[in-house]
Amino acid sequence: MKKFNLTIYLLSLLLLPVLGYGQIEGEVLKPRNGKFLLQGGTVVTVTNGILENTSVLLEHGKIEAIGAGLEAGDATVIDCNGQYIYPGMIDSGTRLGLVEVGSLAETQDYAEIGNVTPNMQALTAINPNSVAIPVTRVSGVTTALSVPSGGLFPGTAALINLNGYTPDQMYTGFKGIPMNFPTSARRGRWDRRSDEEIEKDAKESLKNINDIWERASTYMKLEDAEASLTYYPEMEQLAKAVRGDLPLLIEVNKAEDILKALEWIKEKEVKKAVLTGVSEGFRVAEKIAAAGIPVITGPVLALPSRSSDRYDAAYSNPGKMQQAGVKVAIRTSDTENVRNLPFNAGFAAAYGMGKEEALRAITIVPAEIFGVDDHLGSIEEGKSATVFVSDGDPFETKTQIKHVFIDGYKIPMTSRHIRLYQEFLERSPGLEE
Amino acid sequence: MRKLTYIICSLLIIATQQLDAQTPKGSVLIQNATVLTVTQGTLEDADVLVQDGIIKKVGKDLSAPKNVKTINASGKFLMPGIIDAHSHLALDVVNEATAPITAEVAIADVINPFDVGIYRALAGGTTIAHGLHGSANAIGGQSITMKYRYGSRNPDDIIMKEAPRTIKFALGENPTRVHGLGKNIQPRTRMGVEAVIRNGFNEALQYKKKWETYNQSKGQKNSKVTPPEYNLRLQTLADILDGEIIIHCHSYRADEIYMLINVCRDFGVDKLVFTHVNEGFKVAPELAKYTMGASVFSDWWAYKFEVYYSTAYNAAILTENDVITSINSDSDELIRHLYHEAAKTQRYGGLSDEQALALITINPAKQLGIDEYVGSIEEGKQADLVIFDQHPLSVYAIPQMTFVDGIKYFDINEDKDDQRLKISPTQMVEPVYLQVEEESCMHGVELFTEGTTFHHSH
Repeated sequence: MKKFNLTIYLLSLLLLPVLGYGQIEGEVLKPRNGKFLLQGGTVVTVTNGILENTSVLLEHGKIEAIGAGLEAGDATVIDCNGQYIYPGMIDSGTRLGLVEVGSLAETQDYAEIGNVTPNMQALTAINPNSVAIPVTRVSGVTTALSVPSGGLFPGTAALINLNGYTPDQMYTGFKGIPMNFPTSARRGRWDRRSDEEIEKDAKESLKNINDIWERASTYMKLEDAEASLTYYPEMEQLAKAVRGDLPLLIEVNKAEDILKALEWIKEKEVKKAVLTGVSEGFRVAEKIAAAGIPVITGPVLALPSRSSDRYDAAYSNPGKMQQAGVKVAIRTSDTENVRNLPFNAGFAAAYGMGKEEALRAITIVPAEIFGVDDHLGSIEEGKSATVFVSDGDPFETKTQIKHVFIDGYKIPMTSRHIRLYQEFLERSPGLEE
Repeated sequence: MRKLTYIICSLLIIATQQLDAQTPKGSVLIQNATVLTVTQGTLEDADVLVQDGIIKKVGKDLSAPKNVKTINASGKFLMPGIIDAHSHLALDVVNEATAPITAEVAIADVINPFDVGIYRALAGGTTIAHGLHGSANAIGGQSITMKYRYGSRNPDDIIMKEAPRTIKFALGENPTRVHGLGKNIQPRTRMGVEAVIRNGFNEALQYKKKWETYNQSKGQKNSKVTPPEYNLRLQTLADILDGEIIIHCHSYRADEIYMLINVCRDFGVDKLVFTHVNEGFKVAPELAKYTMGASVFSDWWAYKFEVYYSTAYNAAILTENDVITSINSDSDELIRHLYHEAAKTQRYGGLSDEQALALITINPAKQLGIDEYVGSIEEGKQADLVIFDQHPLSVYAIPQMTFVDGIKYFDINEDKDDQRLKISPTQMVEPVYLQVEEESCMHGVELFTEGTTFHHSH
């Protein structure tokens, strides 16, 4: 017995350098570019139906081919038998990359000082190495709109792919200017203003916005007339929205405010407008549909905004708007838990939107709203190789996401959350007596 | 004359309250459901008979006694009412943030039965919630276990009488920020938090001894001893030491969790549950051996620095290490879909259906000391039940009916648009809240905090 112990002891000594090596060097898992054949899966194209037993070839960062009998050639083959291939999910409203730790001002980069700061670029402040990014993308959410907040015109939002070492590598073709539409609602229960004060504040805000818009229009006209202009970065940026080069993302939630916003859009002849938030959209869905303005709504997992509302008002809102004919995309409005996007879509699906439309609301619809449907939002030949493979319906929590590709890069399926799981599932030493 | 009117009115009010106080109990036969008992497996096509609020029989082909209504739940799923081990819903006040120890205050005094959030929680299948004091103090106030009997206007009727006493403790950033940073008194560090708790326990031991000495000598002949001064704060701490109160401790980091385990072992306290416990996974073996378990968020992290190094796999790691684990809400929103929060442990750690369901039923019941009454579908237990149209761990599942003590408080087919019990007589227009404020752990202590722009403040 002693001899046996000695043998084990010696063997352990022999193994020690190997273990040591593993510990010191670790295994660095990096996103890998290349040629990949996703072989024989169920392809949920979103735009062209569901294709059974079909392969998808990814090369040069693009979806090169979709078909039943694709040749592997020199591609890395990934067996997708019994699995599903989806386009990457798009979250149309987040603070991803703009905050690292929610409570620490030093790590908050979404709200600059000032009421009118449309020239503040979210893209500049996005941290490509934020821990939240790998945590998000292993869930199949590959693309997110990062939005500044606070004030009337807090900055310029940017659409990013969740892979890359610089903001420019992550940027994927859309910017927009968020605007907080003056609201006649209470900001929270701590908001102790009287009804009259709220009304007055909203009126003042609207007047303020009208003045700013007027100034931006003038700036644009002067620009078009090639006048020599003094440095005015706020107006230079807003003029792009007046001209229609950048869409205006109008945050508005209360039903009456939504109607006012629709009126304002018409009156100011805003060329490209998107409504965001829209938590009471279900009350005025027909009007939004008639105006033909697209909507980014969410979070779906939210409380009703009025005590008297049905308990499921927030769950059923996307479905009600979509059925009234509104083009609806879904957002989480989250930072570190953007990975909950499929679950927000799942609740919208269950409460009236249906699975197919809910999937569209986080793929092709936002791609269309952002004008990036030439390369994102569906599985079509020639589009970006931004897809994921799962063993089932990605809205279901039981489903595991197996592989993620972003712009042709195979993403390592790890994150700090997963590494902590691997380290602590079986701790050693365990309990010390 | 006026005086007499007052007296009569008061008597009438008391009388009606007495009538209300009789907790309603119901009888019902639920037939042909897939019964997820949690403790005794899944029964296909089974019936559950409830009489006077108690599960009388679970089996097949049961028949309804006279006057007992039958519900056909064919194709549907029946599970025990969901239990939330950490909530601040339906409380008027959450924090008594005036001292590092405020064991004398009681949440039972501030229950607001009119909160429409109770109805919304029922609509999400939640039947019991632990209403906790906030996390501003190292030792906060005494908490309360509530049964969501919506419709009662009497706070007393919402209290679950059988539940043992519980108290809130808090470690880490919240008590150190409120007291150390905000008021320049201990604790400012995690060392200080330990000291505050140890000092409190030691003072309680002295207090206990004084009373013991007095009680021993007062019976003696010609005894002239005077009783010690009564102190509710110290008496409560003494009750904790005597094992009469379960501690539910707000905690995040592994070091502080380990610290309180040690403190409690030193004082012989074993009724200890950790809540939030984001880094619990790092000390899972210790939690399994020395505590009544851990009540965690499914996936919240990074909202403050002490939860930056946490993981959504927490519940799975704890469960696999035999820690009694539950998923809590600490949110008026999450409390409506705890079944979904529990289901996330299947993505993050691959827990089985039974393990995941236990996280929101029998496990929180154990942590609240009420598992002999609720938390599973077993004969003899209280009839808190929920019917789902699909398996409750599916994202598409929608609760259909919710019962507390056999009484149906939610039915999706009878759900009215407006479920408020009380409408404000002064408000001309119902307010619309854009940022729906959560009744969080730090509710009511904004005065002591800076930069409250972040939305999670737990």
